[in-house]
Amino acid sequence: MTDEYKDEDIILSELPDNELVEQMHDDLYDGLADEIAEGTQILIDRGWSASRVLKEALVDGMAIIGVDFRDGVLFVPEVLMAANAMKAGMSILKPILSETGIEPVGKMVIGTVKGDIHDIGKNLVGMMMEGAGFEVIDIGINIDADTYIAAAQEHQANILGMSALLTTTMPYMKVVIDTMVERGVRDDYIVLVGGAPLNEEFGESVGADAYCRDAATAVDAAKALMAAAS
Amino acid sequence: MKKKILVIACGAIARELVRVSRLNEWQHIEFQCLPPELHNRPEQIPAAVRAKIKSQAGDFEKTFVAYADCGTGGELDKVLDEFGIERIAGAHCYEFYAGSNNFKALANDEPGSFYLTDFLVRHFDRLVIKGLAMDRLPQLIPVYFGNYQRLVYLAQTGSQELQGLAKQYAEFLQLEYCYKFFGDDPLSECLKPALENQA
Repeated sequence: MTDEYKDEDIILSELPDNELVEQMHDDLYDGLADEIAEGTQILIDRGWSASRVLKEALVDGMAIIGVDFRDGVLFVPEVLMAANAMKAGMSILKPILSETGIEPVGKMVIGTVKGDIHDIGKNLVGMMMEGAGFEVIDIGINIDADTYIAAAQEHQANILGMSALLTTTMPYMKVVIDTMVERGVRDDYIVLVGGAPLNEEFGESVGADAYCRDAATAVDAAKALMAAAS
Repeated sequence: MKKKILVIACGAIARELVRVSRLNEWQHIEFQCLPPELHNRPEQIPAAVRAKIKSQAGDFEKTFVAYADCGTGGELDKVLDEFGIERIAGAHCYEFYAGSNNFKALANDEPGSFYLTDFLVRHFDRLVIKGLAMDRLPQLIPVYFGNYQRLVYLAQTGSQELQGLAKQYAEFLQLEYCYKFFGDDPLSECLKPALENQA
């Protein structure tokens, strides 16, 4: 990039739609929250629907980040900055989306398992699920089986998502699923599990419907399993 | 004469291994360490250990791996199973430094505990601050540490200097400070069954 085209020289409001969307993808990649909020507002003011802005400017931009994270080009700090920037755009879009009264694609209750307080991955999944049109009820960290099940029932969720970062806490996912089986509610929900030390084999062994390697995979799995269940 | 043993170890526990080895007079053991930075990149540990086994293990009568699972989610064990090699039991270094029961009690007492060891106190700036990019992106500090309640320093040497630093780091992260001295005994006890009686 030459000096004449430094980011500070770009006036977002002067860019045509396609270039603005591309610039927003770059700004997401660079974790620039103010620029994302500005770009989001410009597209809304130009008459774009909130769902189109969400899909084309934010979710598609985050997908690029997801691929680069998976391939080891980007690391956790950069992804967190991008997520923070997306959150700035989402805060403008959310009230508009809820006003339009569009039915969510599905409902997900999500939390980090008992004994574990790590929520970075969970928050990313929640945000990407919202971006994909799901209603997400985040019940927080250090969640026991009773709380998971009660929340899923209370909110009539389609999906129950569990996250864990620690090898010592991930076995609790099986406790939750076994409790669901005991209470005869296991088949009422799609159960997704994720977290850094987990893998496909672990997901199968605890009886989850899918192990989700990252936030984008969680969205794909949720959509596919919702479609298969309907 | 005792069998010559190769111990492939995490670089973050190198000093402690040398101390424990001297104390126990383990002259039949050769330690080879992998970079301590893998502490922050557990997904790279299995491949690094595999490469070391392939390049070095043939020169020794026995190989042992001085890692716990260390966040590999069982992937390290898959590698070790292929070669029939044992490792230190447990989830991570915090567990073998404190001893399993002590560590479980600490984790149950407060799940929001952030652990440091002598090594991590000594290299806090490089491995924690820079390793998590908090030097260039300080706004991420609450994202990483917002759910933690306390910093638990699991000490191996009882160094006053390290205690002072650990206290400063707790203040920097706005966490309650908790000091627990365990010395080298728990690590030594973990290693003895695999490294002694190999005559």
